[in-house]
Amino acid sequence: MNRTAEKLAESLLTVSGTTTGIVILLIVFFLFKEGAGFFHHNDVEAGYALCVNGENAVKNLSSGQIKDIFDYETGNWKEVGGADEEIVPFRVSDIINMYQEAELGENYVLLPEKIGETIAKTRGIIAFIPVQYLPESNPEVRVLESKRLNPSDFFMGKDWMPTATPAPQFGLLPLLAGTLWVSLFAIIIALPLGLGVAIYLAELAGERTRNLLKPAIELLAGIPSVVYGFFGLVVLVPFIQKIFDLPVGETAFAGSLILAIMALPTIITVAEDSIRNTPQSIREASLGLGASHWQTICRVIIPYSASGISAAIVLGIGRAVGETMAVLMVTGNAAVIPHTLFEPVRTIPATIAAELGEAPAGGIHSGALFVLGCILFIITAAVSVGAELISKNKYKNI
Amino acid sequence: MKKIFALSIIMIACIVAGKAQKIKGSDTLLPLSQQEAESYMNSDPSQTVIVTGGGSGTGIAALIEGTTDIAQSSRKIKFEEKQKISEGGKSVKEVVVAFDALAIVVNPENKVTNLTREQLEGIFTGKITNWKEVGGADLKITPYSRETSSGTYEFFKESVLKNKNYKSGILSMPATGAIVQSVGQTKGAIGYIGLAYINKDVKAVHVSYDNGKTFTAPSVASAKDGTYPIVRELYYYYVTAVEKAVRPFIDYVLSPAGQKIVAETGFITL
Repeated sequence: MNRTAEKLAESLLTVSGTTTGIVILLIVFFLFKEGAGFFHHNDVEAGYALCVNGENAVKNLSSGQIKDIFDYETGNWKEVGGADEEIVPFRVSDIINMYQEAELGENYVLLPEKIGETIAKTRGIIAFIPVQYLPESNPEVRVLESKRLNPSDFFMGKDWMPTATPAPQFGLLPLLAGTLWVSLFAIIIALPLGLGVAIYLAELAGERTRNLLKPAIELLAGIPSVVYGFFGLVVLVPFIQKIFDLPVGETAFAGSLILAIMALPTIITVAEDSIRNTPQSIREASLGLGASHWQTICRVIIPYSASGISAAIVLGIGRAVGETMAVLMVTGNAAVIPHTLFEPVRTIPATIAAELGEAPAGGIHSGALFVLGCILFIITAAVSVGAELISKNKYKNI
Repeated sequence: MKKIFALSIIMIACIVAGKAQKIKGSDTLLPLSQQEAESYMNSDPSQTVIVTGGGSGTGIAALIEGTTDIAQSSRKIKFEEKQKISEGGKSVKEVVVAFDALAIVVNPENKVTNLTREQLEGIFTGKITNWKEVGGADLKITPYSRETSSGTYEFFKESVLKNKNYKSGILSMPATGAIVQSVGQTKGAIGYIGLAYINKDVKAVHVSYDNGKTFTAPSVASAKDGTYPIVRELYYYYVTAVEKAVRPFIDYVLSPAGQKIVAETGFITL
């Protein structure tokens, strides 16, 4: 009887372990599959095409050039390698202002013809129209070939404008730089503080202070991140703005500060545990040789627990890189490559959280967000592997 | 408890009987439609109206697929969407149920009170970067925008920026409340919010769409008589085939009782 119960429990545990493993693998597979789909899209919105007048010599436009044309930044064809002719951007909704609805026929059957006419009579035109209205038979109209998205445009791109039409811009650099920038300074702020508190708690604090302080710090980890974000927006942001006399308070610095506070409990708890795990014999040996308490801490205990402290740092970084809500609320979410700490930044998790809800499923935008997810996954995976390697080294450096 | 149980049985029965009308779409319109549906069902207990959100695009997509009776939308139906409906051999009817005005707000300490559409376009596309260029103090302009997923973001882009893109790296906030908060505490800030969100922490500027001839302050009255330019219509869409079924509810929304709810939920009546 007992044996069967044991067997049952064992097999149950095995099954649950295997299922969890498989589910995790499936999630990772799904993430990367969706992400890979992004690179199969074309640079012009699906279902649309760009047409120019047949006499136009321009064959190719990069997605950045298309965006500048439709933003009226580029005004002349010679700037993109064509003749000296003014560019006339044209969207299909413009045709409705040019003709009466009745002229377009029932169910818009005459629309391609009218679009063809318009393109033929305007030499500098570039028209952005749905493919089913392409005036294909018209020799005066030439369709610009749309290209596959260029991975280098994504990985080296500096603009993040996912809803720009006709050519959305997906540039990773500002988001990646923002994420790393905020996390880096968060860890620079949190590290000395966290280590200081950990050493104080483990070595210097009395039993009563410790019993009071430790649960309080662990409580910090339990506060929902949106509360941190709200606190940051209402208290920290105006404060930073006033102190440093900045035009905007929503800056990378505000994000770093909030993240530092959020990473502190992790760093303190892990580092303190590893400091307290220093064997009593080592401590006593040091004291027995005549070293003072302070010398023992600096020269013996900290080197001994170095690997545990590094693990604490790495875990703190992991917490900072992946944090979403608090950062979304205090960093201003401007997709620019930061040069100082006192500029707004946009991080990868904040971008995914803000945009995934309205991005059409299966489209280019949601694909781009999945690629961002993959990149975030790779960063955090690297961080955890780093933590694992460091912990394994535990006894080597003594 | 028993009452709720009985009520839900009735509701399920109604759904099964196919009598319930479904409204789906814009989150902006969600509170209004819910209030309207509630009071409509109170006035006529034999009717059931079910309201769900999800965004204007979602609502119109559901209308195309025929999974909703009415699509509520904070933007005009797109040309392509209309096209998709007519491909299915149906035609779509549009009803304006309320108006919503967008106010341009700045920090209360800012001396600038008038801005033209061209100036606003310059500010939000990054061509104008200092308040002294539009008659204010020598102070950097910090424009705040909404996130790209918001219908307000799209409407502002269409109406004020004439479809040009916002400047790259504009500050974008996840909610209207966050814009009010940030504009209130940032001296050089400018942002756009729904009329109902104006409070003492921000100052609404007067806007001109005719190159500075007339500047109008945003208010319910000026939005209603058409002198304030940044007003959007809020729509219900339905296909003509179900006109008989959905018309009583829409007529109720357009009636004085329905329009009273429009005013109560912070929108502008027809």
